Amino acid sequence: MLDKNGIAKRIAKEVKDGYYVNLGIGIPTLVANFVRDDIAVEFQSENGVLGMGPFPFEGEEDADVINAGKQTITTLDGASFFDSATSFAMIRGKHVDLTILGAMEVAENGDIANWKIPGKMVKGMGGAMDLVASAENIIVAMMHTNRAGASKLLPQCSLPLTGVGCVKKIVTNMAVLEVTAEGFLLLERAPGVSVEEIKNATAGKLIVNGDIPEMKL
Amino acid sequence: MIKKVVSGVEAALSGVTDGMTLMLGGFGLCGIPENSISQLVKLNVQGLTCISNNAGVDNFGLGLLLQKKQIRKMISSYVGENDEFERQMLSGELEVELTPQGTLAEKCRAAQAGIPAFFTPAGYGTEVAQGKESREFNGKMYLMEEAYKADFAFVKAWKGDEAGNLVFKGTARNFNPCMCGAAKVTVVEVEELLPAGALDPNEIHIPGIFVNRIFKGTHYEKRIEQRTVRSK
Repeated sequence: MLDKNGIAKRIAKEVKDGYYVNLGIGIPTLVANFVRDDIAVEFQSENGVLGMGPFPFEGEEDADVINAGKQTITTLDGASFFDSATSFAMIRGKHVDLTILGAMEVAENGDIANWKIPGKMVKGMGGAMDLVASAENIIVAMMHTNRAGASKLLPQCSLPLTGVGCVKKIVTNMAVLEVTAEGFLLLERAPGVSVEEIKNATAGKLIVNGDIPEMKL
Repeated sequence: MIKKVVSGVEAALSGVTDGMTLMLGGFGLCGIPENSISQLVKLNVQGLTCISNNAGVDNFGLGLLLQKKQIRKMISSYVGENDEFERQMLSGELEVELTPQGTLAEKCRAAQAGIPAFFTPAGYGTEVAQGKESREFNGKMYLMEEAYKADFAFVKAWKGDEAGNLVFKGTARNFNPCMCGAAKVTVVEVEELLPAGALDPNEIHIPGIFVNRIFKGTHYEKRIEQRTVRSK
Protein backbone atom coordinates (compact mmCIF):
# COMPACT_ATOMS: atom_id res chain seq x y z
CA MET A 1 0.00 0.00 0.00
CA LEU A 2 1.34 3.43 -0.91
CA ASP A 3 1.22 6.61 1.14
CA LYS A 4 0.53 10.01 -0.43
CA ASN A 5 4.19 10.48 -1.38
CA GLY A 6 4.18 7.03 -2.96
CA ILE A 7 1.20 7.94 -5.14
CA ALA A 8 2.96 11.18 -6.14
CA LYS A 9 6.16 9.26 -6.92
CA ARG A 10 4.31 6.84 -9.22
CA ILE A 11 2.49 9.66 -11.01
CA ALA A 12 5.77 11.50 -11.52
CA LYS A 13 6.74 8.70 -13.91
CA GLU A 14 3.89 9.79 -16.19
CA VAL A 15 5.44 13.24 -16.59
CA LYS A 16 7.43 13.30 -19.82
CA ASP A 17 10.12 15.55 -21.29
CA GLY A 18 8.61 18.74 -22.76
CA TYR A 19 5.37 18.57 -20.78
CA TYR A 20 3.48 21.58 -19.43
CA VAL A 21 1.72 20.27 -16.33
CA ASN A 22 -1.06 21.62 -14.10
CA LEU A 23 -1.03 20.21 -10.57
CA GLY A 24 -4.08 20.34 -8.33
CA ILE A 25 -4.06 20.87 -4.59
CA GLY A 26 -3.16 17.98 -2.23
CA ILE A 27 -1.37 14.84 -3.46
CA PRO A 28 -0.89 16.31 -6.98
CA THR A 29 1.24 19.15 -5.54
CA LEU A 30 3.67 16.52 -4.22
CA VAL A 31 4.31 15.20 -7.74
CA ALA A 32 6.67 18.13 -8.45
CA ASN A 33 9.04 16.75 -5.81
CA PHE A 34 9.55 13.48 -7.71
CA VAL A 35 9.86 14.52 -11.36
CA ARG A 36 13.24 13.48 -12.83
CA ASP A 37 15.61 16.40 -13.02
CA ASP A 38 17.07 15.35 -16.38
CA ILE A 39 13.84 16.24 -18.25
CA ALA A 40 12.38 19.67 -19.10
CA VAL A 41 8.99 20.17 -17.46
CA GLU A 42 7.10 23.38 -16.65
CA PHE A 43 4.43 23.62 -14.00
CA GLN A 44 1.44 25.85 -14.65
CA SER A 45 -0.72 27.30 -11.91
CA GLU A 46 -4.09 28.54 -13.12
CA ASN A 47 -3.89 31.82 -11.20
CA GLY A 48 -1.40 32.93 -13.82
CA VAL A 49 2.12 31.51 -13.74
CA LEU A 50 4.07 29.09 -15.89
CA GLY A 51 7.46 27.89 -14.71
CA MET A 52 6.72 27.61 -11.01
CA GLY A 53 9.65 26.86 -8.74
CA PRO A 54 9.93 25.74 -5.11
CA PHE A 55 8.70 27.64 -2.06
CA PRO A 56 10.78 30.78 -1.31
CA PHE A 57 13.43 30.91 1.39
CA GLU A 58 12.22 32.44 4.60
CA GLY A 59 12.22 36.23 4.32
CA GLU A 60 12.04 36.12 0.51
CA GLU A 61 8.26 35.63 0.23
CA ASP A 62 6.49 37.96 -2.18
CA ALA A 63 2.75 38.52 -1.61
CA ASP A 64 2.41 39.13 -5.36
CA VAL A 65 3.76 35.71 -6.31
CA ILE A 66 1.53 32.81 -5.25
CA ASN A 67 0.12 29.57 -6.65
CA ALA A 68 -3.52 28.53 -7.01
CA GLY A 69 -3.42 27.18 -3.44
CA LYS A 70 -2.57 30.77 -2.38
CA GLN A 71 0.86 29.62 -1.19
CA THR A 72 3.92 31.80 -1.70
CA ILE A 73 6.13 30.40 -4.47
CA THR A 74 9.14 31.25 -6.61
CA THR A 75 9.62 31.15 -10.38
CA LEU A 76 12.35 29.49 -12.41
CA ASP A 77 14.28 30.85 -15.41
CA GLY A 78 11.94 30.96 -18.40
CA ALA A 79 8.85 31.57 -16.25
CA SER A 80 6.01 33.86 -17.27
CA PHE A 81 3.02 35.56 -15.65
CA PHE A 82 -0.31 36.11 -17.39
CA ASP A 83 -3.93 36.98 -16.72
CA SER A 84 -6.69 34.49 -15.84
CA ALA A 85 -8.33 34.48 -19.29
CA THR A 86 -4.95 33.64 -20.87
CA SER A 87 -4.36 30.99 -18.23
CA PHE A 88 -7.59 29.21 -19.09
CA ALA A 89 -6.89 29.66 -22.80
CA MET A 90 -3.82 27.49 -22.15
CA ILE A 91 -6.02 24.95 -20.39
CA ARG A 92 -9.10 25.02 -22.64
CA GLY A 93 -6.96 25.25 -25.76
CA LYS A 94 -5.19 22.01 -24.76
CA HIS A 95 -1.76 23.64 -24.58
CA VAL A 96 -1.27 22.15 -21.12
CA ASP A 97 -0.20 18.53 -21.69
CA LEU A 98 -1.12 16.92 -18.41
CA THR A 99 -3.52 17.69 -15.57
CA ILE A 100 -3.16 15.91 -12.25
CA LEU A 101 -5.92 16.37 -9.71
CA GLY A 102 -7.61 14.79 -6.73
CA ALA A 103 -11.12 13.33 -6.61
CA MET A 104 -13.79 12.23 -4.17
CA GLU A 105 -15.28 9.75 -6.67
CA VAL A 106 -14.50 8.45 -10.16
CA ALA A 107 -16.99 6.43 -12.20
CA GLU A 108 -16.12 3.58 -14.56
CA ASN A 109 -17.12 5.78 -17.53
CA GLY A 110 -14.59 8.47 -16.51
CA ASP A 111 -17.01 10.83 -14.74
CA ILE A 112 -15.41 12.68 -11.82
CA ALA A 113 -16.83 14.29 -8.67
CA ASN A 114 -14.50 16.43 -6.58
CA TRP A 115 -16.13 19.73 -5.65
CA LYS A 116 -19.30 19.38 -3.65
CA ILE A 117 -20.80 17.26 -0.89
CA PRO A 118 -24.54 17.87 -0.47
CA GLY A 119 -25.33 19.13 3.02
CA LYS A 120 -21.84 20.48 3.59
CA MET A 121 -20.58 24.01 3.01
CA VAL A 122 -19.79 24.31 -0.70
CA LYS A 123 -16.60 26.21 -1.33
CA GLY A 124 -16.77 26.12 -5.10
CA MET A 125 -15.23 24.36 -8.07
CA GLY A 126 -12.40 26.83 -8.65
CA GLY A 127 -10.74 25.82 -11.91
CA ALA A 128 -11.54 22.11 -11.64
CA MET A 129 -14.46 22.10 -14.10
CA ASP A 130 -12.44 23.93 -16.75
CA LEU A 131 -9.49 21.60 -16.23
CA VAL A 132 -11.40 18.32 -16.45
CA ALA A 133 -13.56 19.44 -19.38
CA SER A 134 -10.58 20.47 -21.46
CA ALA A 135 -7.49 18.41 -20.74
CA GLU A 136 -6.72 15.48 -23.06
CA ASN A 137 -4.63 13.81 -20.44
CA ILE A 138 -6.03 13.75 -16.92
CA ILE A 139 -4.63 11.64 -14.10
CA VAL A 140 -6.53 11.38 -10.86
CA ALA A 141 -4.48 11.00 -7.69
CA MET A 142 -6.48 9.70 -4.76
CA MET A 143 -6.85 7.07 -2.06
CA HIS A 144 -8.69 3.98 -3.31
CA THR A 145 -11.28 4.18 -0.53
CA ASN A 146 -12.69 7.04 1.56
CA ARG A 147 -12.25 7.50 5.31
CA ALA A 148 -15.26 5.26 5.96
CA GLY A 149 -13.60 2.51 3.92
CA ALA A 150 -16.00 2.80 0.97
CA SER A 151 -14.69 2.53 -2.59
CA LYS A 152 -14.09 5.77 -4.51
CA LEU A 153 -14.10 3.89 -7.85
CA LEU A 154 -17.77 3.44 -8.60
CA PRO A 155 -20.21 2.25 -11.28
CA GLN A 156 -21.46 5.85 -11.25
CA CYS A 157 -20.73 8.89 -9.10
CA SER A 158 -23.14 9.62 -6.26
CA LEU A 159 -21.85 13.17 -5.66
CA PRO A 160 -22.50 16.17 -7.96
CA LEU A 161 -20.25 15.87 -11.00
CA THR A 162 -17.27 18.05 -11.87
CA GLY A 163 -17.03 16.65 -15.39
CA VAL A 164 -18.32 13.82 -17.57
CA GLY A 165 -16.30 11.04 -19.21
CA CYS A 166 -13.00 12.82 -18.78
CA VAL A 167 -10.71 10.78 -16.51
CA LYS A 168 -8.22 8.58 -18.38
CA LYS A 169 -5.99 7.25 -15.65
CA ILE A 170 -6.17 6.82 -11.88
CA VAL A 171 -3.32 6.25 -9.45
CA THR A 172 -4.36 5.24 -5.94
CA ASN A 173 -2.60 3.91 -2.88
CA MET A 174 -3.46 0.41 -4.20
CA ALA A 175 -3.28 0.46 -7.99
CA VAL A 176 -2.84 2.13 -11.36
CA LEU A 177 -5.99 1.88 -13.47
CA GLU A 178 -7.04 3.04 -16.92
CA VAL A 179 -10.60 4.08 -17.72
CA THR A 180 -11.79 2.08 -20.75
CA ALA A 181 -15.14 1.65 -22.51
CA GLU A 182 -15.54 -1.62 -20.56
CA GLY A 183 -14.62 -0.31 -17.09
CA PHE A 184 -11.53 0.16 -14.88
CA LEU A 185 -8.65 -1.74 -16.46
CA LEU A 186 -6.14 -2.77 -13.78
CA LEU A 187 -2.61 -1.93 -14.97
CA GLU A 188 -0.41 -2.21 -11.88
CA ARG A 189 -0.62 -3.21 -8.22
CA ALA A 190 0.98 -1.20 -5.41
CA PRO A 191 3.78 -3.05 -3.61
CA GLY A 192 2.35 -5.75 -1.37
CA VAL A 193 -1.24 -5.36 -2.60
CA SER A 194 -2.99 -8.35 -4.18
CA VAL A 195 -5.42 -8.32 -7.10
CA GLU A 196 -8.02 -9.72 -4.70
CA GLU A 197 -7.62 -6.75 -2.36
CA ILE A 198 -7.99 -4.33 -5.27
CA LYS A 199 -11.13 -6.14 -6.43
CA ASN A 200 -12.62 -5.87 -2.95
CA ALA A 201 -11.89 -2.15 -2.78
CA THR A 202 -13.31 -1.35 -6.25
CA ALA A 203 -17.09 -0.98 -6.49
CA GLY A 204 -17.09 -0.22 -10.22
CA LYS A 205 -16.36 -2.82 -12.88
CA LEU A 206 -12.72 -3.95 -12.65
CA ILE A 207 -11.05 -5.65 -15.60
CA VAL A 208 -8.13 -7.91 -14.79
CA ASN A 209 -6.27 -9.31 -17.79
CA GLY A 210 -3.58 -11.90 -16.97
CA ASP A 211 -0.80 -11.23 -14.47
CA ILE A 212 -0.81 -7.72 -13.03
CA PRO A 213 2.70 -6.39 -12.42
CA GLU A 214 3.73 -4.61 -9.26
CA MET A 215 4.47 -0.88 -9.63
CA LYS A 216 8.09 0.16 -10.06
CA LEU A 217 8.71 3.31 -8.07
CA MET B 1 -3.02 62.87 -24.54
CA ILE B 2 -6.22 61.89 -22.77
CA LYS B 3 -5.70 61.95 -19.03
CA LYS B 4 -7.41 59.45 -16.72
CA VAL B 5 -6.02 60.56 -13.37
CA VAL B 6 -8.46 61.44 -10.61
CA SER B 7 -7.54 63.08 -7.33
CA GLY B 8 -8.00 60.04 -5.12
CA VAL B 9 -10.20 57.22 -4.00
CA GLU B 10 -13.22 59.45 -3.25
CA ALA B 11 -13.31 60.85 -6.79
CA ALA B 12 -12.54 57.43 -8.23
CA LEU B 13 -15.61 55.88 -6.64
CA SER B 14 -18.05 58.71 -7.23
CA GLY B 15 -21.26 57.40 -8.76
CA VAL B 16 -21.25 54.05 -6.95
CA THR B 17 -24.75 53.50 -5.57
CA ASP B 18 -26.88 50.85 -3.88
CA GLY B 19 -27.78 47.78 -5.90
CA MET B 20 -24.94 48.04 -8.42
CA THR B 21 -23.02 45.13 -9.95
CA LEU B 22 -19.27 45.39 -9.35
CA MET B 23 -16.29 43.49 -10.70
CA LEU B 24 -13.30 43.21 -8.37
CA GLY B 25 -9.91 41.87 -9.42
CA GLY B 26 -7.73 39.57 -7.35
CA PHE B 27 -7.05 35.91 -6.65
CA GLY B 28 -7.46 35.20 -2.96
CA LEU B 29 -5.94 38.31 -1.38
CA CYS B 30 -3.37 38.68 -4.16
CA GLY B 31 -3.89 41.71 -6.39
CA ILE B 32 -7.11 42.94 -4.76
CA PRO B 33 -8.08 46.63 -5.02
CA GLU B 34 -7.56 47.35 -1.31
CA ASN B 35 -8.21 51.09 -1.50
CA SER B 36 -11.43 50.77 -3.49
CA ILE B 37 -12.73 48.10 -1.11
CA SER B 38 -12.03 50.38 1.88
CA GLN B 39 -13.91 53.17 0.15
CA LEU B 40 -16.89 50.89 -0.60
CA VAL B 41 -17.02 50.13 3.14
CA LYS B 42 -16.88 53.85 3.91
CA LEU B 43 -19.61 54.69 1.39
CA ASN B 44 -21.72 51.94 2.97
CA VAL B 45 -23.44 51.16 -0.34
CA GLN B 46 -25.91 48.30 0.03
CA GLY B 47 -27.35 45.42 -1.98
CA LEU B 48 -24.26 44.93 -4.13
CA THR B 49 -23.63 42.11 -6.57
CA CYS B 50 -19.92 41.36 -6.59
CA ILE B 51 -18.15 39.45 -9.36
CA SER B 52 -14.83 38.31 -7.93
CA ASN B 53 -13.00 34.98 -8.09
CA ASN B 54 -12.96 34.76 -4.28
CA ALA B 55 -14.71 36.47 -1.38
CA GLY B 56 -11.78 37.49 0.79
CA VAL B 57 -11.22 36.33 4.36
CA ASP B 58 -13.21 37.28 7.46
CA ASN B 59 -11.47 40.56 8.16
CA PHE B 60 -9.87 41.51 4.85
CA GLY B 61 -10.70 41.94 1.18
CA LEU B 62 -14.35 41.42 0.31
CA GLY B 63 -14.80 39.98 3.81
CA LEU B 64 -14.94 43.63 4.96
CA LEU B 65 -18.04 44.23 2.82
CA LEU B 66 -19.57 40.95 3.96
CA GLN B 67 -19.10 41.91 7.61
CA LYS B 68 -21.20 45.01 6.98
CA LYS B 69 -23.74 43.01 4.97
CA GLN B 70 -23.28 45.22 1.91
CA ILE B 71 -23.25 42.30 -0.52
CA ARG B 72 -26.53 40.77 -1.71
CA LYS B 73 -25.04 38.39 -4.25
CA MET B 74 -21.56 36.96 -4.79
CA ILE B 75 -20.42 35.53 -8.14
CA SER B 76 -17.21 33.53 -7.59
CA SER B 77 -15.43 30.27 -8.38
CA TYR B 78 -14.22 29.55 -4.85
CA VAL B 79 -15.36 31.01 -1.56
CA GLY B 80 -13.57 29.07 1.19
CA GLU B 81 -11.69 30.61 4.12
CA ASN B 82 -14.51 32.88 5.27
CA ASP B 83 -16.77 32.04 8.25
CA GLU B 84 -19.04 35.08 7.90
CA PHE B 85 -19.58 34.22 4.24
CA GLU B 86 -20.59 30.69 5.23
CA ARG B 87 -22.98 31.96 7.88
CA GLN B 88 -24.72 34.41 5.51
CA MET B 89 -24.92 31.84 2.74
CA LEU B 90 -26.43 29.13 4.94
CA SER B 91 -28.93 31.59 6.47
CA GLY B 92 -30.03 32.68 2.99
CA GLU B 93 -28.98 36.33 3.51
CA LEU B 94 -26.43 36.03 0.73
CA GLU B 95 -27.05 34.66 -2.74
CA VAL B 96 -24.11 32.81 -4.29
CA GLU B 97 -23.51 31.94 -7.93
CA LEU B 98 -20.59 29.55 -8.27
CA THR B 99 -18.94 29.69 -11.68
CA PRO B 100 -15.98 27.71 -13.04
CA GLN B 101 -12.87 29.86 -12.83
CA GLY B 102 -12.04 29.88 -16.55
CA THR B 103 -15.66 30.68 -17.38
CA LEU B 104 -15.63 33.56 -14.90
CA ALA B 105 -12.47 34.98 -16.50
CA GLU B 106 -13.89 34.59 -20.01
CA LYS B 107 -17.24 36.19 -19.06
CA CYS B 108 -15.21 39.25 -18.03
CA ARG B 109 -13.03 39.15 -21.13
CA ALA B 110 -16.11 38.76 -23.35
CA ALA B 111 -17.65 41.85 -21.76
CA GLN B 112 -14.38 43.72 -22.37
CA ALA B 113 -14.27 42.59 -26.01
CA GLY B 114 -17.94 43.19 -26.87
CA ILE B 115 -18.75 39.50 -27.28
CA PRO B 116 -22.23 38.77 -25.84
CA ALA B 117 -21.74 35.03 -25.33
CA PHE B 118 -19.35 32.14 -25.99
CA PHE B 119 -19.25 28.35 -25.77
CA THR B 120 -17.08 26.47 -23.28
CA PRO B 121 -16.86 22.78 -22.33
CA ALA B 122 -16.49 23.62 -18.61
CA GLY B 123 -19.49 22.49 -16.60
CA TYR B 124 -21.20 20.49 -19.34
CA GLY B 125 -23.11 17.60 -17.74
CA THR B 126 -22.92 19.20 -14.26
CA GLU B 127 -25.30 21.39 -12.27
CA VAL B 128 -23.55 24.46 -13.74
CA ALA B 129 -25.26 23.57 -17.04
CA GLN B 130 -28.77 23.92 -15.63
CA GLY B 131 -30.87 26.34 -17.69
CA LYS B 132 -28.08 26.96 -20.20
CA GLU B 133 -28.04 26.25 -23.91
CA SER B 134 -25.67 23.46 -24.94
CA ARG B 135 -24.40 22.68 -28.41
CA GLU B 136 -22.14 20.17 -30.10
CA PHE B 137 -19.05 21.30 -31.99
CA ASN B 138 -16.74 18.73 -33.62
CA GLY B 139 -18.23 15.89 -31.59
CA LYS B 140 -17.87 17.57 -28.20
CA MET B 141 -20.52 19.25 -26.06
CA TYR B 142 -20.25 22.89 -24.98
CA LEU B 143 -22.28 25.27 -22.81
CA MET B 144 -23.24 28.77 -23.83
CA GLU B 145 -22.13 31.37 -21.29
CA GLU B 146 -22.99 35.05 -21.47
CA ALA B 147 -20.74 38.06 -20.91
CA TYR B 148 -21.14 39.84 -17.57
CA LYS B 149 -22.83 43.21 -17.36
CA ALA B 150 -21.37 45.35 -14.60
CA ASP B 151 -21.54 48.97 -13.48
CA PHE B 152 -18.03 49.34 -12.08
CA ALA B 153 -14.82 47.32 -12.36
CA PHE B 154 -12.28 47.78 -9.55
CA VAL B 155 -8.79 46.87 -10.63
CA LYS B 156 -5.39 46.85 -8.92
CA ALA B 157 -2.27 47.32 -11.03
CA TRP B 158 1.37 47.74 -10.06
CA LYS B 159 2.28 50.74 -12.22
CA GLY B 160 0.15 53.03 -14.29
CA ASP B 161 0.61 56.31 -16.11
CA GLU B 162 -1.55 59.41 -16.49
CA ALA B 163 -3.01 58.00 -19.71
CA GLY B 164 -4.28 54.94 -17.84
CA ASN B 165 -1.77 52.49 -19.30
CA LEU B 166 -1.14 49.63 -16.88
CA VAL B 167 1.56 47.17 -15.86
CA PHE B 168 0.83 44.34 -13.42
CA LYS B 169 3.20 42.43 -11.16
CA GLY B 170 3.53 38.68 -10.70
CA THR B 171 0.38 36.70 -10.06
CA ALA B 172 -1.29 39.87 -8.76
CA ARG B 173 -2.25 40.24 -12.43
CA ASN B 174 -4.87 37.40 -12.41
CA PHE B 175 -8.40 38.71 -13.15
CA ASN B 176 -7.44 42.39 -13.14
CA PRO B 177 -6.62 42.81 -16.85
CA CYS B 178 -9.76 40.83 -17.86
CA MET B 179 -11.96 43.28 -15.95
CA CYS B 180 -10.52 46.45 -17.50
CA GLY B 181 -13.13 47.90 -19.80
CA ALA B 182 -15.57 45.10 -18.92
CA ALA B 183 -17.86 47.39 -16.89
CA LYS B 184 -19.44 50.78 -17.59
CA VAL B 185 -16.72 52.45 -15.50
CA THR B 186 -13.26 50.98 -14.85
CA VAL B 187 -11.46 52.30 -11.77
CA VAL B 188 -7.80 51.41 -11.36
CA GLU B 189 -5.63 51.87 -8.29
CA VAL B 190 -1.86 51.61 -8.69
CA GLU B 191 1.14 51.45 -6.40
CA GLU B 192 3.10 53.79 -8.66
CA LEU B 193 1.43 56.51 -10.71
CA LEU B 194 3.82 57.79 -13.37
CA PRO B 195 3.82 60.63 -15.89
CA ALA B 196 2.93 59.75 -19.46
CA GLY B 197 6.04 58.57 -21.26
CA ALA B 198 7.55 56.90 -18.22
CA LEU B 199 6.30 53.46 -19.25
CA ASP B 200 7.71 51.79 -22.35
CA PRO B 201 4.78 51.37 -24.81
CA ASN B 202 6.21 47.92 -25.67
CA GLU B 203 5.71 46.69 -22.16
CA ILE B 204 2.21 47.88 -21.33
CA HIS B 205 -0.17 45.06 -20.33
CA ILE B 206 -3.42 47.04 -20.61
CA PRO B 207 -3.76 50.18 -22.75
CA GLY B 208 -5.42 53.21 -21.19
CA ILE B 209 -8.41 53.02 -23.52
CA PHE B 210 -9.82 50.32 -21.21
CA VAL B 211 -9.46 52.56 -18.14
CA ASN B 212 -11.72 55.43 -17.05
CA ARG B 213 -10.19 56.55 -13.76
CA ILE B 214 -6.77 55.93 -12.26
CA PHE B 215 -5.41 56.93 -8.85
CA LYS B 216 -2.45 56.17 -6.62
CA GLY B 217 -3.39 53.79 -3.84
CA THR B 218 -1.93 54.02 -0.35
CA HIS B 219 -1.15 51.79 2.64
CA TYR B 220 -1.13 48.46 0.83
CA GLU B 221 -1.20 45.58 3.29
CA LYS B 222 -0.81 42.78 0.72
CA ARG B 223 -1.69 40.05 3.18
CA ILE B 224 -0.40 36.56 2.48
CA GLU B 225 -2.96 33.76 2.95
CA GLN B 226 -0.57 30.78 2.97
CA ARG B 227 2.96 31.74 3.86
CA THR B 228 5.00 28.77 2.67
CA VAL B 229 8.78 28.81 2.85
CA ARG B 230 11.71 26.39 2.76
CA SER B 231 14.76 26.54 4.99
CA LYS B 232 18.15 27.57 3.64
